Amino acid sequence: METAALAGPPIDEEELLTAPPPRLARAGAFLVRSPLTILGIIIVIGTLVAAIFGTWLAPHNPNIPDYSALLASPSAAHPFGTDELGRDILSRVLSGAKYSMIVSLCVLTIGVVVGATIGLIAGYFGGVVDEVLMRLTDIFLAFPALVLAIAIASTLGAGVVTTIIALGIVWWPWYARLVRGQVLAIREMAYVEAARVIGTRTPRMLVSHILPETLAPIVIQLSLDVGYAILASSSLSFIGLGAQPPTPEWGAMISDAQTYLRDGWWTATFPGVAIMVTALGFNLLGDGLRDFLDPRLS
Amino acid sequence: MVVFILRRLVLLIPILFGVSILTFVVSHVVPGDPARLIAGPHATAAEVAVVRHAYGLDRPLWQQYVTYIGDLLHGNLGISLHTQRPVRDDLSSFLPATIELTAAAMLITIALGIPLGILAALTRNNWPDAVVRLFSTLGVSVPVFWLALVAQLVLYDFLGWFPAGGRLDTTLQPPPHITGMYTIDSLLAGNGPLLANSLWHLALPAIVLSLGSLAVVIRMMRGSMLEVLRQDYIRTASAKGLGERLIIWRHAFRNALLPTITVAGLQTGYLLGGAILVEAVFSWSGIGLYTVQSIFTSDYNAVMGVTLMIAALFILVNLLVDVLYAIVDPRIHLG
Repeated sequence: METAALAGPPIDEEELLTAPPPRLARAGAFLVRSPLTILGIIIVIGTLVAAIFGTWLAPHNPNIPDYSALLASPSAAHPFGTDELGRDILSRVLSGAKYSMIVSLCVLTIGVVVGATIGLIAGYFGGVVDEVLMRLTDIFLAFPALVLAIAIASTLGAGVVTTIIALGIVWWPWYARLVRGQVLAIREMAYVEAARVIGTRTPRMLVSHILPETLAPIVIQLSLDVGYAILASSSLSFIGLGAQPPTPEWGAMISDAQTYLRDGWWTATFPGVAIMVTALGFNLLGDGLRDFLDPRLS
Repeated sequence: MVVFILRRLVLLIPILFGVSILTFVVSHVVPGDPARLIAGPHATAAEVAVVRHAYGLDRPLWQQYVTYIGDLLHGNLGISLHTQRPVRDDLSSFLPATIELTAAAMLITIALGIPLGILAALTRNNWPDAVVRLFSTLGVSVPVFWLALVAQLVLYDFLGWFPAGGRLDTTLQPPPHITGMYTIDSLLAGNGPLLANSLWHLALPAIVLSLGSLAVVIRMMRGSMLEVLRQDYIRTASAKGLGERLIIWRHAFRNALLPTITVAGLQTGYLLGGAILVEAVFSWSGIGLYTVQSIFTSDYNAVMGVTLMIAALFILVNLLVDVLYAIVDPRIHLG
């Protein structure tokens, strides 16, 4: 890439000063060709707005029953209808966004911090350290993720914090593997050798020379994992291990609605659509990011 | 081949050992007080102490682990609180239903995922590709338990095309027990109507369960097909005048299949997890429904038993995938 630029026409300084930075321009050009990524960005922004301002945007109080409107079908007053206690479902869906966002954020933070640290150490030091850490990772990966999360959550007792811990524990091994794989390749590169020769200490080497190089794949993986984290946390709530009623968490709402589904299809439908649209938004954004940062894979 | 399988089996020993330590930690160390958990929330301190001693929970951890692993090796998983039967017996009566459901979903995943992935790769950036990609993005975004509820509501309540749930019509007797999988048992018994009825009950849960994995396998197959098609040897094959059909099926397909096999194997994990949710919605009496009932009754032994069972199953499937991989890819040495 650099050599191509050197061989190119002389640089017009005027243009350099006025043109947007090349990465931004490239991103702009990419977005124009990728309407699905734009859709993803819109959904993600919408979800974040709902997560932050949902409680204020909600037309009704999400937790106050209205006994004059039990299981009311969608109408102008209640666009998504009401549930078995007459609570406004639109308000509950809007207020529920923050639970999904907070839980995914915490789960992925635990996953990436623990996983990247272990992967970085295993990949850089190699040998026995690598062997021990990777066998440990294998043990966690021997369980289907949701099943291990269910086991952990049922021991800890139901709740939002439990969900975060249980999913965090099952999530880190994926990042440990991802980062280790990257580090194995990076540590053989000439600039790492050069840094080692001039006597760079190990912590500095790991943090300033190796970690930054692993960021692109981590970011891609993170954006693709938000969707999975939302699905996993709502699954735990659905079987009674996550957020507890009357919390307007989407999975818990669907779990509640099971009993009343035949009397009001809207009770389970809208929280489910919320989960699907949110996960879809993050997946579209993730796909877009991957295509943009790593075009080989598209 | 025998040596290869034996070596893989030996490599499993440390993993199984690790799995047992992890489940031990989850069941004995993580909870604040397992004795209190077993005795129940209303037990007095004295009752809890009795339970603690009876279960050996007052002994050092390593001794507890030795007892734990001894029990495991004897297949003793404790008594289930809500069925009042040994967890081992519960698992063996509920497992066939789960294997039936998961295997059916895997069959759908592979039978549709591979051709659809190839179709998408060959029509890259054209409308079939766009449709398949949209479907696969939706597939990984939809919560499976919600899809199960919606499918039930629409296809049973509104349209009446499929039964609400269960494994057979309640008026029918299950086939004589051979494998415990109703479809296979009724086939073995030569009972056509029973086979049809069990397939009719199996169809909807299996389709719903498969969609997530199907989406992943489609993406993988599309990606690896595109990757293979831009390799030099494909260009060589094309340059020497081989027909497109021959290049795709003889040269590209087999190589593109390899990563897909691995991914499909890993998808068994998602299917087993998803089965818990799908079984709960469709009242499919497998270990998933058993798990959800165990969670509601805080039936601790049962949940841990299921966890171990599913981990063992998942490890076994991945072993099979490794063997299959070695058969498909002659570059892997079997020694």
